[in-house]
Amino acid sequence: MRAPSLRLAALLPALLTSTGLMAAPDPADWPAVLEEARGQTVYWYAWAGDQRTNDYIDWVAERVDERFDIDLEHVKVGNTAEAVSRVLAEKQAGNDTAGNVDLIWLNGENFAAMKESDLLFGPFARALPNFALTRPADNPEVVTDFTLPTEGYESPWGRSQITYYYDSDALRGNGDAHDALPQDIEGLLAWAKANPGRFTYPRIPDFTGSTFLKQALIELTDRDEALYAPVEESDFAAVTAPLWDYLDALHPHLWRGGRQFPASSPEMRRLMGDGALSLAFTFTPSEPAAAVADYELPPSTRSYVPDSGTLGNVHFVAIPYNSPHQAGAMVIADYLLSPEAQATKQDLDVWGDRTVLDVARLPAEDQARFALDAENPAMLPAGALARTLPEPHPSWMTSLQDAWQARYVGR
Amino acid sequence: MMLRLAPALIVTLLVAPILAGLAMALLPAFGYLPALGGESLSLAPWRALAAQPGIGRSVAISFAGGLVATALSLAVVLLYLAAASGSRLDRWIRRLVSPLLSIPHAAAAFGLAFLIAPTGLLARLASPALTGWEQPPDLLIVQDPWGLSLIAGLVIKEVPFLLLMSLAALPQLDAERRVAMARSLGYRPAIAWLKVVAPALYPLIRLPVFAVIAYASSVVDVAMILGPTLPPTLAVSILTWFSDPDLDQRFLASAGAILQLGVTAAALLAWWGLERLMARLMTAWIARGGRDRGEAGLRLAGKLPILLATGIAFAGVGGLAITSVAGFWRFPDALPRTMTLDHWAQALPALGEPLASTVLIALGATLLAAALVLAALENEQRTGRTASKALWLLYLPLIVPQIAFLFGLVVVMEQLGTRPSHGLIVFGHLLFVLPYVFLSLSEAYRRIDPRWTRLALTLGASPNAVFWRVRLPMLLAPLLTACAVGLAVSIGQYLPTQLLGAGRVSTVTTEAVSLAAGGNRRVIGVWALVQAGLPLAGFAIAIGLPKLLWSHRRGMQGAP
Repeated sequence: MRAPSLRLAALLPALLTSTGLMAAPDPADWPAVLEEARGQTVYWYAWAGDQRTNDYIDWVAERVDERFDIDLEHVKVGNTAEAVSRVLAEKQAGNDTAGNVDLIWLNGENFAAMKESDLLFGPFARALPNFALTRPADNPEVVTDFTLPTEGYESPWGRSQITYYYDSDALRGNGDAHDALPQDIEGLLAWAKANPGRFTYPRIPDFTGSTFLKQALIELTDRDEALYAPVEESDFAAVTAPLWDYLDALHPHLWRGGRQFPASSPEMRRLMGDGALSLAFTFTPSEPAAAVADYELPPSTRSYVPDSGTLGNVHFVAIPYNSPHQAGAMVIADYLLSPEAQATKQDLDVWGDRTVLDVARLPAEDQARFALDAENPAMLPAGALARTLPEPHPSWMTSLQDAWQARYVGR
Repeated sequence: MMLRLAPALIVTLLVAPILAGLAMALLPAFGYLPALGGESLSLAPWRALAAQPGIGRSVAISFAGGLVATALSLAVVLLYLAAASGSRLDRWIRRLVSPLLSIPHAAAAFGLAFLIAPTGLLARLASPALTGWEQPPDLLIVQDPWGLSLIAGLVIKEVPFLLLMSLAALPQLDAERRVAMARSLGYRPAIAWLKVVAPALYPLIRLPVFAVIAYASSVVDVAMILGPTLPPTLAVSILTWFSDPDLDQRFLASAGAILQLGVTAAALLAWWGLERLMARLMTAWIARGGRDRGEAGLRLAGKLPILLATGIAFAGVGGLAITSVAGFWRFPDALPRTMTLDHWAQALPALGEPLASTVLIALGATLLAAALVLAALENEQRTGRTASKALWLLYLPLIVPQIAFLFGLVVVMEQLGTRPSHGLIVFGHLLFVLPYVFLSLSEAYRRIDPRWTRLALTLGASPNAVFWRVRLPMLLAPLLTACAVGLAVSIGQYLPTQLLGAGRVSTVTTEAVSLAAGGNRRVIGVWALVQAGLPLAGFAIAIGLPKLLWSHRRGMQGAP
């Protein structure tokens, strides 16, 4: 019995140094990061409710395998919160070095929750060679997530903005369709009254539905400044009272009389495709055009951004503090920012998610890759996305969700 | 030696994880989970649970939905058996039972949803000619707040299960002679069956009925697709709380899991009360001695509902098949104007890995289960003892709601430091596969004529040789059928795969359910068809292989 334990004792120093080698990589030493990333398997927890997104991630996986010898595995989650709760559970269980999650696609309240609980690795974003292409000094939204400074704990990946879409054929006969379309939140109520049962929004806590609540709140309340500070600092009931009055008035005119809501933005898109709705919105501006290509929406689909402007934000990727493959995850985050990956992502035939790079300042040959397909009638007209409203503080999202559920669930 | 250990091993494999899982749900439900800072017992999680919006309604729907779905399924099966025994419909339905059973719950639910939705196939077929609808009507059908579409989805899937269980139990009852006796006393056939066979059959299928109640009151995937949403059923709410980024919600979720256990137990208790009531009513009905009143109505009630249930299940799958090749499909069009293979072409490259995982896990769990079950049954044969007392333990994984113990089990696994892997999932599936394999195989095994064994032993064969060379070949057909059932059960598992695999291991079922969130019906159609096709392949092999192997031995063709 003695021999094996002796042998173990002899191994101990070796074991210790090998764990020493596994210490977090230094983002500043990029060649070392690339070297360490070689051969790693990176588990990327990313929302998988959309086939196009999944296909794009598959494409990225092939590229990083060729270029950097990294095996990227897309872990398909239905809700990003699942991945956050997994990392939290690992931390609670004392698993600080061998986490399951290596890379996570997130923004807003999930980022806020992870940062607050010290679940993130970093700062790393500024050390990524391609990060400079986003020109953060001129585009503060790539380093600000729902009013919170990212401080380098997440790297920007793409942009979203609320975009409305409709079937121009179905709305014909209403005079000039574009004039009849709602241009602000009050106009939406009037439109819903004139077209009962033809509009709805995703059920809270879906993020597109929650974004709709925030959009309505920004337009309805006259205390906008309160929304950009933590919710605890203001009188929630007073600030949100106009929102609930509005929703109480709106719901009877919604699809199913406001007694049922679609589960998500894609389900709302399906209802549009079935002709059950006349007007819908998405958080991905190119989604209507992409859905026409996928036979989900009729070719007569058109998009627009109301005159009042709409909420927009940037989505990010972050690396958990206990990921054993942080080097590989950083290399992937950097590759996601490369002009090649960003242009492919923006390509309507692939995904159509807008780039976070400052295209106007890219070299000319790279700029050409980002030319938008202006010919596609389902796409937004150029410049439509200029009217972007910034996201409120993330704490508003949770409070609005809870208040909505207390008010409308189980009645 | 190994044989004698088999029953104990089975019981340990089934009972230990469930007890451990329940314990790890019970402690956090009362605020105790040191890893999350819950150091002392408290009722705070229960207060939080009671304060959840719509919790009363969630509980009511879970409870009532479970009972109503079970009562309807049982009524459909019993009436069918009473009315249709021996008819051409009967032979036809019996052939369809296995494929029906093999359609995974999620796929059947998708099919039903697409069939009955206001924008669905039925509305399209009838519009605009019959209904005048140019736009889909604004009707709340799928995901209705009363859970009616959920109940319908459950009935469609539970009817084949209860039917298969009844068909397996009937041979013990000598039903033909009972009916013949009653008919000689002037009873019409359907009434005769209900009066002399049904009361004897019910005790034999009582445990499967309990399993149906437990399943229907705690199901997750079907309720996500067809169930109410504001609020959802209790089981769906629990899943949401467990996956909340705010880990404190885990206490709430654990309290919910224990509440779910209580709801299921209450539903079982209520059923027990209903049993008493029905027994009295039946006794009075039988004692009254009516011989033909209601026969015509019974015959109709026996045939129509089962035809409807079967028809809907297959029409739903047919609808999925059409959507999977549909181009844009405007509302009142009964068929899409353009057809395309794009959806299949897009999905195919992504199919490989989940498909391989599915098959690997299903084969692993089924082969393990089959080996254990064979060992236990063989042990029973050799020792001459039947383990009927322990039978209810087999049903434990089917009667304790999955959602109540699986999360606790994941916590146990986290504490033990096991990494999510295919092996862990195989072990999780075994919990559900083993009972079904046992139930499917045990009757055939016990009914095998003991004279074959005695004959072989007198010819000098060892007990092992008897097993390998006599019993196993004679039981090939039922063994393969049991394996096909096991494969189907494993392939359909969503929650155990998702939880024990930490989402890293994707199977066709987890892919299909996660894509359901995306709402692209065409892609869902592709995955649901693949999901439904896999178990079907298993049943085809189970039926075809014995015919192929014994093609030169006519005596084996009709083997038990």
